[in-house]
Amino acid sequence: MAASTLKIENLHVSIEGKEILKGLNLEINGGEIHAVMGPNGTGKSTLASAIMGHPKYEITEGSVFLDNEDVLEMEVDERAKAGLFLAMQYPSEVSGVTNADFLRSAINARREEGDEISLMKFIKKLDKKMAELDMGEEFAQRYLNEGFSGGEKKRNEILQLMMLEPKIAVLDEIDSGLDIDALKVVSKGVNAMRSDDFGCLIITHYQRLLNYITPDKVHVMMQGRIVKSGGAELAQRLESEGYDWIKQELGIKDETVGQEA
Amino acid sequence: MSVDTKIAFDQDYIKSFSEKRQEPKWMESLRLKALEKSENLPMPKPDKTKIDKWNFTSFKHDVPADAISSLDDLPKDVRELVAKDQQSGNLLVHRNSTPVFHQLSEELKEQGVIFTDIQTALQEHGDLVEKYFMKDVMKVDENRLTAVHAALLNGGTFLYVPRNVEVDVPVQALYWQEDPEAGLFNHVIIVAEDNSSVTYVENYLSYGNDEESVANIIAEVHVGQNARVTFGSVDNFSKGVTTYVNRRANVARDGKVDWALAQMNDGNTVSTNTTHLIGDGSNADSKTVTIGRGDQKQNFTNQIIHHGKNSEGMLLVHGVQKDSASAIFNGVTKIEHGAAKSNGEQTQRVLMMNEKARGDANPILLIDEDDVMAGHAASVGKVDPIQLYYLQSRGISRHEAERLIIHGFLAPVINELPIEGVRKRAVEVTEGKVN
Repeated sequence: MAASTLKIENLHVSIEGKEILKGLNLEINGGEIHAVMGPNGTGKSTLASAIMGHPKYEITEGSVFLDNEDVLEMEVDERAKAGLFLAMQYPSEVSGVTNADFLRSAINARREEGDEISLMKFIKKLDKKMAELDMGEEFAQRYLNEGFSGGEKKRNEILQLMMLEPKIAVLDEIDSGLDIDALKVVSKGVNAMRSDDFGCLIITHYQRLLNYITPDKVHVMMQGRIVKSGGAELAQRLESEGYDWIKQELGIKDETVGQEA
Repeated sequence: MSVDTKIAFDQDYIKSFSEKRQEPKWMESLRLKALEKSENLPMPKPDKTKIDKWNFTSFKHDVPADAISSLDDLPKDVRELVAKDQQSGNLLVHRNSTPVFHQLSEELKEQGVIFTDIQTALQEHGDLVEKYFMKDVMKVDENRLTAVHAALLNGGTFLYVPRNVEVDVPVQALYWQEDPEAGLFNHVIIVAEDNSSVTYVENYLSYGNDEESVANIIAEVHVGQNARVTFGSVDNFSKGVTTYVNRRANVARDGKVDWALAQMNDGNTVSTNTTHLIGDGSNADSKTVTIGRGDQKQNFTNQIIHHGKNSEGMLLVHGVQKDSASAIFNGVTKIEHGAAKSNGEQTQRVLMMNEKARGDANPILLIDEDDVMAGHAASVGKVDPIQLYYLQSRGISRHEAERLIIHGFLAPVINELPIEGVRKRAVEVTEGKVN
């Protein structure tokens, strides 16, 4: 499998008529881990949702390509089948559907009819990945996210990531609400995915996560655009100095979306 | 314009039908009186559903059917309704309302259990049947359709469990309407004497598309003191069949009835499931699932009426409405004066899969006693687009995502169905209705 590239160009996204992303450019290649950081309300989660095709977000301009495929022309499930994955900030709960049944459906959706994953192979893989994430066996038979704590939901998102093995994954605030032990477990899961065939975009408020998952590139988002990019050292500077120096450097008074200086 | 609701059968027809079946005199005269009454009684009036244009008169009444010598003679999909572990068990098969296959274990026979078709029961246990037939639980003259039912009764099952007998394997009755125009006037009587227990499961099945017919079904359940009856059903009548079904139980002191009803008809349906908790400490647990599709109209009333002290009733109804189907769900918890320390709870949930589908849940609490507990929860809502998005974001198609959500929504009830084969069948029928 050759490494994939996700290419986002001049992306403009609105929600309920309000423009949130205002011309965003980003390229993620297989083998790379990118982090997008930035204060609240700058459009980070909008980027994640727009890539995956959340029904509330409207793309008004720009393009998203996965290799040669036009992502914005695809239905949500087609995007997933093409190799995209989004670990959501607020995963839905689905009553009556067990985690295991859901994961099997998701894996088989990617495979041809008649080539479904065998039950033995599936269980083996699931047991292994759950063990890596310190998830008890009972999680396989619990209903999808129903009654899960915040931390359990995040682990379950990473479990899905590991089971589905996408080409490009977006992790939307996968670290929020996690204690340090859970953060280590989740990071371990993401690091286990690292390979030349796997590209990752981590969206976070906190540099803390990047202590455990070292990014190749760090981007700062403000006012619906990426305003600064750098290496892992950029995240460390943001942690110690905050965002003010960037605002000064760029002459930005209010970093949030829709309140242009 | 209203459709004529008068049936086209006269006294002579009923008389000769009863004679042909070698019924006792009391049954013949009950049928004749019922026919007479049916002419003047009003139609039932289900709350918020208009049934005056539904077909209640077009059907074939007396359709011949050949007996089968073994289950292998049944078509594959009918045979599959009989659970594997049940194929050597206690089973009664009706074909176009005629009993064609029957088996009951020697052990149960020796213990005095009667499990036979209603025609045989009337011939061989006439006095016993008379004691229970539309006396305490249902009445002949409740409305025109209950009277028509008594007059035209052409199928059914009699299950009698003597005192202290615990039947630990389920008994199953299969009502297979091979001819889509065959009308079914099916009467089930279950008598569980004091300290006895039994699980009864029934499957209704018909084929066909627009061929018109009528299913008018009554089940009367008598639960004795400290007795326990588990009643499971998978209803699956085809689109042209109008169904009017009453399933009702009276429960004596410390008795318990559990209902698990998968109501998967494709035709217009009025269903009432009623439990009277007569004795102190009696208990009812009623679970219903349904899926409406096409332009089907349905009305479900599920009710538990508390008469005895310390009685406990739980109602759980989950309904999915697809396409332009509409359904009314009436949940009734009634606590009569004197039924102190009783507890009645009900939950009704309706999930609509698209804009044109309609579902209406009406929780009704009627409390005439101060010292009780009662609660209700009702929700009606459209399928959550964010939930669909979440499932789709893992590569699952929209159709498959809806399928998962519907199965999940119905699971709390389907998982409670008493026989594994029936549970499987309910899942399969759900599957058929979702695809």
